[in-house]
Amino acid sequence: MWLDDGGTVLASALRLTAPLAFAACGEYLAERAGTLNISVEGMMLSGAFGAIAVGSATGSPTVGLFAGALVGLLVALVHANLSHRIQINTFVVGLVINIFVLGMTSFLLQTTEFSRSQVGVLRVPGLAEIPLLGVLFEQRWPFYLLLLVVPLTWFLVNRTRWGLELRAVGENPQAADVSGIKVNVRRRQALMWCGVMSGLGGAYLSVGLVGSFNNNMTAGRGFIVIAAVIFGAWRLKGTLLGCFLFGAADALRLALPSLGVELNAQLLVAAPYLLALAVMVVMAKSQREPRALSKPFERGLV
Amino acid sequence: MTGPAPVRRPLASYVVGSTGLRRPSADAWRTAGITVGCVALAMALAALLVTISDGSPSEVVDALYTGSIADAAGWSQTFVNAAPLLLVALGACIANRAGVFNIGQEGQLLIGAMVGCFVALRLQGPAWLVITVALVAAAAGGGAWSGISAAMYYTRGVNVVVTTLLLTFVAAQVVQFAVLSPSLLQEQGMGNGPARPQSDAVPEFLRLASFGQYPDLTIGVGAILAVVATVVLAVLLGRSRWGFRLSMLGLNPLAARHAGIRASRLGGSALVLSGAFAGLAGGVILMGTVFRLQPAISNNFGWDGLLVALVARSRPGLALPVAVLFGGLRAGSSYLASTGVPSYLVDVIQALLVLAFVVPPVLSALWGRRIRNRGAVPESPARPSAAAPAKEEVPV
Repeated sequence: MWLDDGGTVLASALRLTAPLAFAACGEYLAERAGTLNISVEGMMLSGAFGAIAVGSATGSPTVGLFAGALVGLLVALVHANLSHRIQINTFVVGLVINIFVLGMTSFLLQTTEFSRSQVGVLRVPGLAEIPLLGVLFEQRWPFYLLLLVVPLTWFLVNRTRWGLELRAVGENPQAADVSGIKVNVRRRQALMWCGVMSGLGGAYLSVGLVGSFNNNMTAGRGFIVIAAVIFGAWRLKGTLLGCFLFGAADALRLALPSLGVELNAQLLVAAPYLLALAVMVVMAKSQREPRALSKPFERGLV
Repeated sequence: MTGPAPVRRPLASYVVGSTGLRRPSADAWRTAGITVGCVALAMALAALLVTISDGSPSEVVDALYTGSIADAAGWSQTFVNAAPLLLVALGACIANRAGVFNIGQEGQLLIGAMVGCFVALRLQGPAWLVITVALVAAAAGGGAWSGISAAMYYTRGVNVVVTTLLLTFVAAQVVQFAVLSPSLLQEQGMGNGPARPQSDAVPEFLRLASFGQYPDLTIGVGAILAVVATVVLAVLLGRSRWGFRLSMLGLNPLAARHAGIRASRLGGSALVLSGAFAGLAGGVILMGTVFRLQPAISNNFGWDGLLVALVARSRPGLALPVAVLFGGLRAGSSYLASTGVPSYLVDVIQALLVLAFVVPPVLSALWGRRIRNRGAVPESPARPSAAAPAKEEVPV
C-alpha cells in the first residue's frame, strides 16, 4: 500500500519535474552568462503552444516537440537582440515578452482548433518492473532527452572554452571584454540556449504530458525555474535538485487529498518561492552568484 | 578630459529612470520620428493578427471605440479601468526614479486589496472613517509587502527584481488562503451551496462614491484620487528636494552617496511607497468596482500598470494619458466579443505598444552616436582609447 502510493507520487513528481529541468538547464546557463532571464516563462509557454500547433498541423508530436524548441529559440532571439544588442533593460524586455506571449497564445487558442497530439511512452523492459523506482523507466520518451541535455549543459559550461568565456562574461564583463571576448555576443548565445531548452520544456509539458494546450498552461512554472536556479546557488546539481523538490511539492499538493493527509495546499504552492527567497537571504553574501548578474554591459562604461 | 565629447549615458537609462534632466536636443526629434514609425508598425501587426484570424480590423477598431470613448458610458468605463492603472503606474514611477525596479505590483495590489477588505468587513464605525481607514490600510499592506523586498535588498543585498517577482506568487497564495479560511475572509455561506473562495461583499454604504448617474458620465472617487496623486507627484518629483534626491540616487548612486544620500533610507522608502500605491490601487478596485476579495481581483492591473509607467518613461504627467489609453483599451475589450475576435487581442496590443515606446529612445541614441562617431573617426587616435567610442559593438 505504502509502496504503491509512494510510486504514484514519485511518478507524478517526475512528470512535473521534467519540464522544469529542461528549462532550468537553459536558465542556469543564461544566468551564468549574466542574464537573469525572466522571460523563461514566456519561452516555455510559447514552446508549449508551438509544439501543439505544429504537432496537430503535421500530425507528428515529435515534429511538434522540436518545433516547440524552435519557437522558444525565436522568443529568445527577440529577447537577446533587444536586451543585449540595443541594451534595453532585460527585465523590461522579459516582462513585455511574458505578457505578449500570454496574450498571443490565448488569442490564437481561441481562434484556431487544435487536435490532440501526444508523444508515446517508452517503457524500458525489465527495469520498469522494479517496485517504487520502476516509474523512472516508464516515461514519455522526451523524458530521456534529459539524460542528454543535462550532461551536455554541464559540459558546455564547465569544460569548454565557450563555457569558460560565458562564465567570465557573467562574472566580470569588463575584464572579459578587454581580453577579447565579445560580451554581448556570448550573452545572446546563452539566451538562445535558454530559449531552446525552455521551449523544449514547454513542449514536453504540452505534447509530452497533457497532449493539448490550454490557456496559460505553464502557470508560473518559468518563475519556479528561476527560483530553482537561485535555490541551487547557480550550480547545475543544486538547480536540478531544486527542480525535483519543487516538482515533488507540486505532486504532493495534488496527491495529498486522496492520501488523506492534511497539509496546506497554498503553502505547498508557495514553497518554491519561499525557499528561494530564504536561500537568497541566507546566502546573499556568498561568492556563488555571478557578479555581473543582470548588469548590462556596454564598452567604456564602468 | 575629452573636450566637448557628448555625454554618454548607459543605454539602459533610456528606459528606466530617465528623468529629463537633459535639455531636449536633436535626438528628441529623431526619437519622436522613430516612435511614430514603431507605433504604426505595432498597429499594423495587430491588424494583421486580426485579419489572419478572420476578423475585420475596422470592426475591431469600431468595437474598441464604442466600448471606450464613444459616449459618456464608455468614458465612465474607461476611467474606472484607468484609475487603478494610474495608481500602480505612479508607484512604479517613484521606484524607477530611485533606480530600484519594482516588478511585483501585482502581488502588492493583491495584498492591499486583502488588507483593505479585512478592515472594511471587520471595522465598525462611521462610513467615511471606515472607508478612509480601509484605503490607508490597503496602501500600508502593499507598502509592507514591497517593504519585505526593500529590507532584503538593503540588509542582505538580494536583487529587488527577483524578490518582488517571487513575492508576487507568494501573495497570490496568501490571498487564496485568506479566502479559503472561514476564520479569515471566506464568505459566510448563505445556507445554499458551499461557500465559494471569495469574501463577503463590502456593504453598500462602504463602497466608494461616484459622481453622476449611469447614462451620464460617472467619475468615481478612485479616479479623482488617482488624478490628485498624479498632480502632487508630478510636482514633487519634478520640483521638490525629495524628487531631486530621488533622481540623483537613480542616475548615479555613487555621486548620490558622496552627496550624503542614504540609499537604504531613500531608495527603501521609494520601494515601500511604490508598493503602497499598488496597494491603494487594490483598495480602490475592491471598494470601487469588485466589492469582494477574489483571487482574481488583481486581473493583471499590476502588470499593466507597470507597463503604463514604462511607456510614460517614469513621468507622472505622461502616465495620466497613457493610463487613460490603456484603460480605454481594457474598457473596449469587453465589446470585442461581438466581432468574434478574442479580447486577448488587447493584451497583445498593449505589449506591442510598450515595445513601440521603449525601443525608439534607445535606437535613437545609438543612431546619434553612430552619426557623431562617423564625424569623429579622423581625430580618434589622439584621444585616450577608453574614451573613444570608435567602434561600436552594438550595430543597430
